[in-house]
Amino acid sequence: MTDPWTHLAVGILLPPFFGALVAALFPDRRRNGAWLAAVVSSGLTFAASLGGLAYAVIEGPVRYHLGGWQPPMGIELVMDPLAAFFCAVVTGMTFFVFIHGRSVVERETPHKAVPFYSAALLLLGGLLGIVLTGDLFNLYVFLEISSLAGYALVAIGDRRAPVSAFRYLILGTIGASFYLLGVAFLFMETGSLNMNDVAEVVPVMGESPATLAGLVLIVLGIGLKMALFPMHGWLSDAYTYATSTATAIIAPIGTKVAAYVLIRTCFHMFDPEFVRAEIPLADILGYLGAAGIVWGSIMAIAQNDLKRMLAFSSVSQVGYIALGVGLASPYGLIGAVLHTLNHAVMKACLFLVNTNLHQRLGHTRIDRLDRTTRIRMPWTMAAFTVAAISMIGLPPTAGFFSKWYLVLGSWEQANYVFLGVIVISSLLNVVYFFRVLEKVYLRSDGEAYDDASEREDAGVRREEVRASMLFPTLFLGASLLVLGLANAYIVIHVIRPMIPAGL
Amino acid sequence: MIELLHDYYAYWAIMLLLVIGLYGMLIKKNLMKKVIGMVIFQNSIILLFVAAAFKWDATVPVLDAAHPTENVANYLNPLPHTLMLTAIVVGVAIVGVAFALLIAIYRNFGTLEEPELMERMRGE
Amino acid sequence: MPIAETYSSSIPFWALVVSLLATPFILWSSRRPNLREFWTLLAAVIKFALVLTLLPGVREGRVAEFVLLEIAEGIELSLRADAFGVFFAVIASGLWILTSFYSIGYMRGHHEKKQTRYFASFAVSLSATIGIAFSGNLLTFIIFYEMLTLATYPLVVHSENREAIRAGRQYLAYALTAGLLLVAGAGWIYQMTGTLDFTPGGVLEEGMLSASGMRVLFFMLLIGVAVKGGIMPLHSWLPAAMVAPTPVSALLHAVAVVKSGVFGVVRMVGFVFGPEVMGAYGLSTILAVFAGITIVLASLIALRQNNLKRRLAYSTVAHLSYIALGAALLNADGFTGGILHISTHATMKITLFFCAGAIIVHLHRENVTDLDGAGRAMPWTFTAFAIGAMGLTGLPPINGFLSKWFLCMGSLDAGAWAVLGVLLLSGLLNAAYLFPVVYRGFFCFSNQFEGKGEASPFMVVPLTITAVLSIVFCLFPNVLFGLFDLASAVADSVLGTH
Repeated sequence: MTDPWTHLAVGILLPPFFGALVAALFPDRRRNGAWLAAVVSSGLTFAASLGGLAYAVIEGPVRYHLGGWQPPMGIELVMDPLAAFFCAVVTGMTFFVFIHGRSVVERETPHKAVPFYSAALLLLGGLLGIVLTGDLFNLYVFLEISSLAGYALVAIGDRRAPVSAFRYLILGTIGASFYLLGVAFLFMETGSLNMNDVAEVVPVMGESPATLAGLVLIVLGIGLKMALFPMHGWLSDAYTYATSTATAIIAPIGTKVAAYVLIRTCFHMFDPEFVRAEIPLADILGYLGAAGIVWGSIMAIAQNDLKRMLAFSSVSQVGYIALGVGLASPYGLIGAVLHTLNHAVMKACLFLVNTNLHQRLGHTRIDRLDRTTRIRMPWTMAAFTVAAISMIGLPPTAGFFSKWYLVLGSWEQANYVFLGVIVISSLLNVVYFFRVLEKVYLRSDGEAYDDASEREDAGVRREEVRASMLFPTLFLGASLLVLGLANAYIVIHVIRPMIPAGL
Repeated sequence: MIELLHDYYAYWAIMLLLVIGLYGMLIKKNLMKKVIGMVIFQNSIILLFVAAAFKWDATVPVLDAAHPTENVANYLNPLPHTLMLTAIVVGVAIVGVAFALLIAIYRNFGTLEEPELMERMRGE
Repeated sequence: MPIAETYSSSIPFWALVVSLLATPFILWSSRRPNLREFWTLLAAVIKFALVLTLLPGVREGRVAEFVLLEIAEGIELSLRADAFGVFFAVIASGLWILTSFYSIGYMRGHHEKKQTRYFASFAVSLSATIGIAFSGNLLTFIIFYEMLTLATYPLVVHSENREAIRAGRQYLAYALTAGLLLVAGAGWIYQMTGTLDFTPGGVLEEGMLSASGMRVLFFMLLIGVAVKGGIMPLHSWLPAAMVAPTPVSALLHAVAVVKSGVFGVVRMVGFVFGPEVMGAYGLSTILAVFAGITIVLASLIALRQNNLKRRLAYSTVAHLSYIALGAALLNADGFTGGILHISTHATMKITLFFCAGAIIVHLHRENVTDLDGAGRAMPWTFTAFAIGAMGLTGLPPINGFLSKWFLCMGSLDAGAWAVLGVLLLSGLLNAAYLFPVVYRGFFCFSNQFEGKGEASPFMVVPLTITAVLSIVFCLFPNVLFGLFDLASAVADSVLGTH
């Protein structure tokens, strides 16, 4: 008799799909029901993910055979600490964004609310499927489910949104197709689609050109989905023209799951030695990540729209994860996984701030922000400040510690390029975040703060966003501090068990 | 060389399709032509699976007295073909979404030519 | 000296967080200035009292230790109140009380805006400073070091005009780059030794790295701490930061922040690299050369400054390097002198800044050449200024003489004649840029300040106290807090001598 808790593996997966169906049933005038379905189902799956994470950490990995079919015939779900961790990150962020999103969706796209929530839940379900599945082709299907939902979400936006969604679709399809092509090669060589099987067969077969080609194609395809430099072109437009809530849902989690696939493929399915030695794939990943870090930061500095700036900053932050994977060492993996969590929380918080600003000011142009913004929305800006400090990577916020492990990993391999990139990018982050902070906290016209400005400030009324929006923003901001202080606990108890034996 | 071409002609054809599809997606300026390229690209991968699963002198895995089951080599591996059914469905769904987006784009901007589109978007 | 006996105590932690806890109260009572200042003063007094309770233990050679939590895998957020830390904490928290009184007079007299933000940042800065003083390992040090950078940024940009914002940017650019170098260097050390604990005598050993590698590591850490310590060529944020209100310049830019920097230098020299490594790889010479050049050049530049606060800022730059120079001598007298100079320079320079602030608020003069006859209007202030000036020059019976004496002894011990020369030359230069202020105040006759009396007692009393303290600490170096014993105990622990 199997332990009933192992059913959590499928328990994570069911609520979003079921919720998507339920949400779609509501008529437009009852769209609050769709919202409720989204919140409840994402909350349930969040709880299930946390439970699954606890189970996987304490009891060890769960291999769940769907319908009782043994692999390689049947599809298996793998809930090990790594997968459960990513599930928890993904579902947690979505949950908070859903709570936050009701009034935003109501304001921005009221009559598309029902399909919006339905598509968002499908996206969530697809991403969770990618994380949990132990089957290569099943992963492709989930990849396309999440992508299709993602295209639809991005397309619900302003007039330009369909164009960016179309571009996203073309590039996303190329990425997914490359992945499928890679799977074809692996399948031809190993005769199995089960990741575990493949992992066992590959060392016996020895390396063959087809296996290598398969690995490279998979990494290429996933790199595109992950917006790894130089394949990041689709990301900035897609994030910018989508609605605020759609961006807040996709940005923190979309690229992370692709990063997860990268970690799975490079370290679990293949021997890390293989990835590192036969072809310098890990190095290539690391250097592309490093280039992305610098390039994304520079582009972020050049932007005037807050949302677009955050989009480019995502390109740069994804680079950190790729860099950690590229180090192909325990510290690198710790840094990458920890940064996935930290960046998801930071980005979710920042995009929620962006949404709050849009709600109250009607725009998110940096040159039009001034200190009245802060007086009108002090708590929102406080959350922004904490998240910005964390993005820069100053202790004791969470962002510092992922960088710390990456620094340790770079030293371990004496990779001075990575080290330099980490240092430089933090400084570039300072530039684009303090540009905003200076504007909202200080008088920006070059004159001293005097009696006149004090009178001016006294005339500005506080108009913070409603509690349902403020609470998730502040909660995520505060959790950055908690995550920072608790990082050792997370690393030792959750991330250490994820490290594959070969590293 | 001739042998290589002859023995693997199916793969060469698939590769050609792959390249044509990629070319269409990345280089063509018309969005509809991009979709056409995308379909060619996806189908070339489906064909690759199908071609890889094919064997001379083997038959579909349906029990047949003429092909004794002791000799498994007589049967094709059915898995890739069934997988490709799923992949075709996925492909159709993508084309559907792509068409929906194209209609929305045409409604908003009145063109599907990328350079014109860029110009009109910049005017926003 | 044997390994110090440690005992577990949460006092260092409470001494650290008391001002952090006061911050919400300060922000909350922004509309009631009296209540707000009450919180500041209350926190300052409690903090000082808590630090003082650590003194007896330290004087018996016992170290209070408090481990908060594991902050990164294998590294704890630990607070260790050893002799050096307590020494620095006593000075910083003691002077905070005086500065808080002075701030009240200054900020109200000057009709400063945004006083709530000012007092809140100040409280956080003090927490960070105590954190730096009590850091038990390099990562903890870095955490509080970055916290200090962020907490002082609002103080630098306080007036929010173009000049202040530019100074703020410069400050951030310098301090954050430095912080990142520290992080990178800490990563390297952790990679090599597996520990980041501050250990008397150092954690690095000869042969761990090639000579050039060791130098690179030294430069990374040195630059990291030297930016806040104002060692040339990394000093230029400090004069620029003088646009901040004067109490900030007085406590933070003469005591807490900049001393955190040189405190870090001494920590690196004595507790990370250790005297042997410093000597074996010629690192101490590098440090001494930079410090010596800074002392002379900064004094020369100070001569040319007409703005009184900027003149004092360059003087601070010069005097901070005294401390680094003392550490670079690697002998007992040098170390003792350098560490003593942390306290002596603190009382003297804070006196001078308090005087400058009183002059700005009361007479609305910022330039040295406008001060003719000011001493007759403000005799207390100018007398205090004269005491501070004499002390910086190194004349007895002001405490500056004491630290300089030990520094000279140390340089003789080490046979470093160049260092001795630098110290004596700098004494002359100090006289040359400080005494004209006193001279103009008392002896140049002008009736421009007729009818002006002394400044508000909130300002005059603190500056008188610091001036008196400067004298007391010279005549009775051990009388109040046993600072001299502490300084020589630190030197002994680092050098392993008695």
